[in-house]
Amino acid sequence: MTEIAETPSAPAPSLTTRLEIVPVVLFTAFAAAPLLAAYSGAEGYVLSLLTRVMIFGIAAMALDLILGYGALVSFGHAAFLGLGGYAVGILASHGFEDALVQIPIALAASAAFAFVTGAISLRTKGVYFIMITLAFGQMLYFLATSLAPYGGDDGMTLASRSLIAGSAWLKNDFTFYWICLLCLLGAYALSRSIVVSRFGRVLRGTRENAVRMEAIGFRPFRFQLAAYVISGIMAGLAGCLLANQAEFISPSFMTWQRSGELIFMVVLGGLGSLHGAIIGAAAFLLLEEFLPEILHMASFFLAEETRAHLAENWKMVFGPLLILIVLFARGGIMGLLRRPHHG
Amino acid sequence: MTATLFFVQALNGLQFGLILFLIAAGLTLVFGVMDFINLAHGVQYMVGAYLVAAFSAWTGSFGWALLLALPSALVFGLLLEVLIFRHLYDRDHLDQVLATFGVILFLNQGVKFVWGAAPLSVSVPELLSGSVEIANGLLYPVYRLAIIAAGLLIAALLYVLVNHTRVGMLVRAGASNASMVSALGVNIQRLFMVVFGFGAMLAGFAGAMVAPILSVEPGMGDNILILAFVVIVIGGIGSIRGAFLAALLIGLVDTVGRSFAPNLLRLVLDPAAASQTGRAIAPMLIYIFMAAVLFFRPSGLFPVKR
Repeated sequence: MTEIAETPSAPAPSLTTRLEIVPVVLFTAFAAAPLLAAYSGAEGYVLSLLTRVMIFGIAAMALDLILGYGALVSFGHAAFLGLGGYAVGILASHGFEDALVQIPIALAASAAFAFVTGAISLRTKGVYFIMITLAFGQMLYFLATSLAPYGGDDGMTLASRSLIAGSAWLKNDFTFYWICLLCLLGAYALSRSIVVSRFGRVLRGTRENAVRMEAIGFRPFRFQLAAYVISGIMAGLAGCLLANQAEFISPSFMTWQRSGELIFMVVLGGLGSLHGAIIGAAAFLLLEEFLPEILHMASFFLAEETRAHLAENWKMVFGPLLILIVLFARGGIMGLLRRPHHG
Repeated sequence: MTATLFFVQALNGLQFGLILFLIAAGLTLVFGVMDFINLAHGVQYMVGAYLVAAFSAWTGSFGWALLLALPSALVFGLLLEVLIFRHLYDRDHLDQVLATFGVILFLNQGVKFVWGAAPLSVSVPELLSGSVEIANGLLYPVYRLAIIAAGLLIAALLYVLVNHTRVGMLVRAGASNASMVSALGVNIQRLFMVVFGFGAMLAGFAGAMVAPILSVEPGMGDNILILAFVVIVIGGIGSIRGAFLAALLIGLVDTVGRSFAPNLLRLVLDPAAASQTGRAIAPMLIYIFMAAVLFFRPSGLFPVKR
């Protein structure tokens, strides 16, 4: 059948043996950044921005695992960010400030939530799946807004960052940066090994044609559910780190708009390449951060008042940019990077 | 006392449900006929509210404002269709979600740009202000009754339109099998445009109707959009009848749940715990309800037969 010939060749299995250049460059850049940040004159700012990029990179990569490799469009993935964050916040407010306690509990909670909601959601297909994951996300969002003892709508400030085995290492922004990079690397290595394994191949096979996978003796549901749970756990970890980075947690961590942003990051970077999701997260956050300034600079020929107005309303440029990317840049940033090899 | 309170809450629920129906009707048709997932439907509701606010400030009359806002909402919807949505029909759902998400970002900021971030208020029309006594000693605002009446009227109109006219027949046929309808010689592109414009106008109408009782502000369409999605998913995508029943159900469950969940829980819990849990559970009720429906009927209560 022509279908098979036409299916976009997702990352070829040869990736395992051949060292890809993009992820190497990416991780080297992350490793070199704190050393270079010292020369930027705004070290703290650069570090905290990049830490945020890495944390959202983990979350976006978690989503890419099911979205890019399983074609499961989860529109409620921000819920896991919230779960991880609230686990840290709630435990800390009860005196459990050690990450060695917080993180296992946060990950277990994320896994449990992913297991239950995944088992229900995966009964549905297509648009219904998008909507039911959205509903579960909203459910958790409203639960968080009604948690009056933990700040309700306003959220709560953490007294300090988590301890590690009793010591306050994470207080240091540098250490925290390296921990986040370590988490990102770990999550990347784990995801990479998952997608090249037999499990990953079944998942991709299901993405292409679930009926055929069933015909050759697999039960797609189990594989999809397992992938959903793994993805939930990784996003939960990102939530733990995010709460620590901001030293604050609120329901706004898990609005449905945030879930939409996560999807955007994955698509912007390019579906189904893992490091593409990290690049997408970086591009999204940097754009969000610098678009006002870019607009201000690019409109040098206008009156100062108009320029300020333009910078203030940067979202009016951001929205159409998003539409244009969807309409014209199929394959995202990774698609652009990959193109020369094909031509 | 509890009975009258329940009655008032049920009326509020009915009114909320009908507003939801006006939004969900367009959404379910667009979804059912074109297989197009339009997140920007919520901002069309917002635009309707802003249009009415702007026109009533300009003309000084709510009636004129409504008359001007409806065709403007229609034109606005058609404009979006031609500029953006038309290019997305043959894309997958993921692309549609993203592009329409971009439209939301743009328009939420856009209304801020034009009208400022502060909420606008629209005064209730003179004719419909005040309250009437609907039972002994029980006052209810006339305007809310007017919303209920308008909602029921539109629902009846839609019923006739969809079930007893030629366009309605084509829409129903399109919801079952769009490519077959196209193969039979119907200009499906134009049908899409009609459905889309009409859906946008209904959402705009809903926004216009609630403008006097809610504050008109950027982002007001975001949460109601999610509720409208819940409605059409519960009702079965593409089904107007399903959307109507699900909208009323959601309206009632949400409104009544919020005011009675703490009371009901008091039967099994102590008062403090009951009001705490009640307030936590009430906003989650409809989502739990939706998850339950999809668990037992994965394509909604009234799936369109394909």
